[in-house]
Amino acid sequence: MNVDILVIGGGVSGLTAAVEAAETGYSVALVEKNPYLGGRVTQLTKYFPKMCPPYCGLEIFLKRLKNCENLKVLTNARVKRVEGVAGNFNVFVEVTPRFVNENCTACGECEKVCPMERSNDFNFGMDKTKAIYLPHEMAYPPIYVIDPNACNKCGECVKVCRYDAINLDEQPQEITINAKAIIVATGWNPYDATKLETLGFGVYPNVITNMMMERMVSPNGPTNGKIVRPSDGKEPKVVAFAQCAGSRDENHLPYCSAICCLASMKHALYIREQIPDSKVYVFYIDRRAYGRYEDFFKKVDQDENVVFIRGKVAKVEEGSNGNLIVHAEDTETGRKVQMEVELLVLATGMQPTTALEKIEGLEYDDYGFVVEREGIIPCGVARMPADVASSNRDATGAVIKAIQVVRG
Amino acid sequence: MEKNLGVYICTGCGIDKLDIEKIKGVVENEFKITPKVHQALCSRDGVELIKKDIEGGVNAVVICACSPRVKQDVFNFGKDVITVRVNLREDVVWSHDIDEHAQELAEDYVRMGIVQAQKTELPEPYIEETSKDILVVGGGVTGLTAALECAKAGYKVYLVEKENELGGWVKKFKSILPGKFPYREPVDAESYINEKVKEVTNNENITVYTSTRIKSISGQPGMFNVVVDREGNEETFKVGAIIVATGWKPYDATKLSHLGYGLDGVVTNIELERMLKDGKLEFNGRKVKDVAFILCAGQRDENHIPYCSTVCCLTSLRQALNIRELNKDSNVYVFYKDLRTVGIYEDFYKYAQQDEGIYLTKAEIKSIKQNGDKIRVEVTNTLLGEDIAVDVDMVVLVTGMLSSMYGLYTVKEEYPDEGEPPYSHIKPAVPKEIAFENRDKEWILNLQYRQGPELPTLKYAFPDSHYICFPYESRRTGIYPAGCVRAPMTVRDCELDARGAALKAIQTVELVAKGATIFPRTGDIDYPQFFLQRCTQCKRCTEECPFGALDEDEKGTPQPNPLRCRRCGICFGACPEKIISFKQYSVDMISSMIKAMSVPSDEGKLRILVFACENDAYPAIDMAAKNGLKFSPLVRIIPVRCLGSVNVVFIADAMSKGVDGVLMLGCKFGEDYQCHFIRGSELANRRMENVKETLNRLFIEPERVKIEQVEISDWERIPEIINGFVEEIKKIGPNPYKGF
Repeated sequence: MNVDILVIGGGVSGLTAAVEAAETGYSVALVEKNPYLGGRVTQLTKYFPKMCPPYCGLEIFLKRLKNCENLKVLTNARVKRVEGVAGNFNVFVEVTPRFVNENCTACGECEKVCPMERSNDFNFGMDKTKAIYLPHEMAYPPIYVIDPNACNKCGECVKVCRYDAINLDEQPQEITINAKAIIVATGWNPYDATKLETLGFGVYPNVITNMMMERMVSPNGPTNGKIVRPSDGKEPKVVAFAQCAGSRDENHLPYCSAICCLASMKHALYIREQIPDSKVYVFYIDRRAYGRYEDFFKKVDQDENVVFIRGKVAKVEEGSNGNLIVHAEDTETGRKVQMEVELLVLATGMQPTTALEKIEGLEYDDYGFVVEREGIIPCGVARMPADVASSNRDATGAVIKAIQVVRG
Repeated sequence: MEKNLGVYICTGCGIDKLDIEKIKGVVENEFKITPKVHQALCSRDGVELIKKDIEGGVNAVVICACSPRVKQDVFNFGKDVITVRVNLREDVVWSHDIDEHAQELAEDYVRMGIVQAQKTELPEPYIEETSKDILVVGGGVTGLTAALECAKAGYKVYLVEKENELGGWVKKFKSILPGKFPYREPVDAESYINEKVKEVTNNENITVYTSTRIKSISGQPGMFNVVVDREGNEETFKVGAIIVATGWKPYDATKLSHLGYGLDGVVTNIELERMLKDGKLEFNGRKVKDVAFILCAGQRDENHIPYCSTVCCLTSLRQALNIRELNKDSNVYVFYKDLRTVGIYEDFYKYAQQDEGIYLTKAEIKSIKQNGDKIRVEVTNTLLGEDIAVDVDMVVLVTGMLSSMYGLYTVKEEYPDEGEPPYSHIKPAVPKEIAFENRDKEWILNLQYRQGPELPTLKYAFPDSHYICFPYESRRTGIYPAGCVRAPMTVRDCELDARGAALKAIQTVELVAKGATIFPRTGDIDYPQFFLQRCTQCKRCTEECPFGALDEDEKGTPQPNPLRCRRCGICFGACPEKIISFKQYSVDMISSMIKAMSVPSDEGKLRILVFACENDAYPAIDMAAKNGLKFSPLVRIIPVRCLGSVNVVFIADAMSKGVDGVLMLGCKFGEDYQCHFIRGSELANRRMENVKETLNRLFIEPERVKIEQVEISDWERIPEIINGFVEEIKKIGPNPYKGF
């Protein structure tokens, strides 16, 4: 396959870059490792500061994408290696089988007969799907996918499918794409909270991450939108947030992840709206509601049941009834704080995907962010920690750098 | 166009639960068309069936299958074939128990789809001779970068700067923040900006105008006529798109006397920068050794600038480092509210922290007073747990950044001649009197647009996009603000922002050259046409267009600018004379679809019409169906481009036909509006007044018409909203016009 511009990653940055480039008139290949486009934002319930649903923007992105005849989408596809120079890159892509082809109408009959289940990674393992599943409500392409690790190849789905859409023998493929320029939009992963040993994640069930909170409040999340404690399904009345969990920390992510303060403020709103008699404590170092996000901070800060305490959570212990004892130092008063809470949310930071999964042939900084060079342009969180609006801005800008190479 | 319709009914995905023969009968008897039935129209075989008919002369196909939101690629028969999708899957079989009512629903949708195809025409693009040149307004770091990026992509650029040299603020700075890894030492500003200026002046694609102001801009994307005034000499040129990079201005520090401004030794960060640039730490002839920075001076403060200027924490650290470079004995105290060195710039913070002469603490300012030849700063609530007082030679008030649009007269709706702004999301930045006073004195673009001379702004005079997903969506097509005019940002972010604006500008000129619109209906070539003979000059369309696409002649007759148009249809929703229509979307089309519904006189069979925003409410209904949620089969859903395109006529038509209720599902409006056409849903709401009047005139209960705000993720609420409305209508009883 030959294209002008190859975009690695189909999250919101990659989608922006691919659609903007195609709409400007260039041929584009968009390569996404997941079976669906949209990336991390599809897991978010609302965006700060407007508290609007990411699906709304995604609908427009997908509508535009479908209108771009010069844009080719590859899902379940991972870029392994990049070779060549600006104007002439060869990109090696591994496509893992989806086992379901584009004949699929997403009628859902297969799902009904599938006997096997898998842990749902979209919901961070908080619930299960069948082995054949549609990743989420607005998954694009809107076709099912089979998890080979969960499928027992019983063939029930094949029998029930009226559209000849399932092939259990599909094999992995390797393809090479020639592109004149590459936009890297590989995004981020939440920092692995099990590495934050003193904070109790993975030890105490009622310590969850911010992304898990995000899934929990989602109407298509594991609890159908209800905020509950994993240990007993009870509505938590006292919730604490540990900011900079792994960020601004030499032992973990030395940088600031740019969004976690705002994300926790948003979560405080979720909780306060859903549980009117709740109390939220946010342990922070700095409240980084920069720019006009200050208005959002003020809106949250006005609620007397959201309390900001300056101090980093040092230690978490188990209390009674699944509660947690949070230890922190209040750096404003100098006092040590000890507080019993019913749910603790770790505001874990963003780690570039390329910190853990390097693509051969790209350059990286010490943190694993991608370094720009002629013809290879990172954008969004592949370049640096950023919120959605900045990522999309960066992705739009990456396109003109790519076009300059394409036009030689 | 002479139409030859083909109707295709799919029986897959459960549609075969319906009585397909009966549906066929409707098509045959009422429309004299023999429909074709296939068990999976989206299969290769099914598509072949349709393609064969197209080869045989069919030029309009009605596909009765799944939602128009899926399988578009499969049912794409090219631009010469009209394709209409009838949603029998999501809107009928997946969302209803199959009974007599669901059957009637399916039959109605098929009728409405056929009529829609009959009323659709193939669009022809608006093609004019266009320019692909770009105008960049402002020669600071953002403007320079934008000009260079466009030029390097092969586009001609006019760069207009009002000062007599390029470089903007950065030209006046000692240093700037590092733009790439490692984010540590400050970078020399002069060599950075000189390099950029040199690159611009040497680029043959860029024409630079310094000491130049824009006198006026008229026209539309692809054909903007720009008149500039270069020291008294007028020049005119044509451009296709515009980038506004006019930057920022500092907040007036004389308003900060409570923080000691006016005392001998109290300066702003801008004044300090000049000293650093000159390499002399002196104030009024006195040497300066110890310095205190007061962050957020007049910022995050309701009485001054309520927002945070994003860069000041970092700038202060940079200046602190510069001070320490000039004088190793200096002590620099930085008092902050929160230290906002966001993201990767945490590294810069850590670098500055290592300097033993820089003391940082969170603090609240108690007082700033003269103390002999020193200034005493007293602070409380510090990280040390105690109050602190320091005597310093200089206090630096870190004042914030205002958009260069602050104080300008922007658009009529922000500063109406009389009364209040007409939309709830509008937050004028300055009192009306100030904007009026500045009206002919200060301006940036001076657009010759009916709605006003500048970009519309959001809060605090920033002409920013309101959309998180679409940061470049301005409300003036083809005009893109970038850099500090739209939000305070670092030099690196200005560069990145300029790149994106450059891309949007070149994308605009490429699209409008083909007669196609830009976001969000990118590529749509259909545009509204006006039958002006019947226009009554009511001016609703020219006032309500969210993008200022329509100008007016002296009488008030609209003068369309199709290349400014974003194809939302709000103008035709506004028009009481029904004289505005697209080829593919028109008042006549929707009225005819309403008339195609069957309205039984049987009182048990109420008929309720739902207009659903196609971007949010309609997908929410699809997802409700996918999740197996059921709602009343008495409703008929018509997706619309925007609720703002719903004309009162539709409601009158429906009521006089005997339809019992009309429900409109649109986006949230107000400060956090979600409407992609800015105010379509708010307009729909406001037009309800007219609707109620119309209904009263017809002796119909006004409660028969209702608007609900629905988000795309609200699918779980869909049954409750629809069934709730049906129940309300049941209580009111059948429409008295039924059967007439």
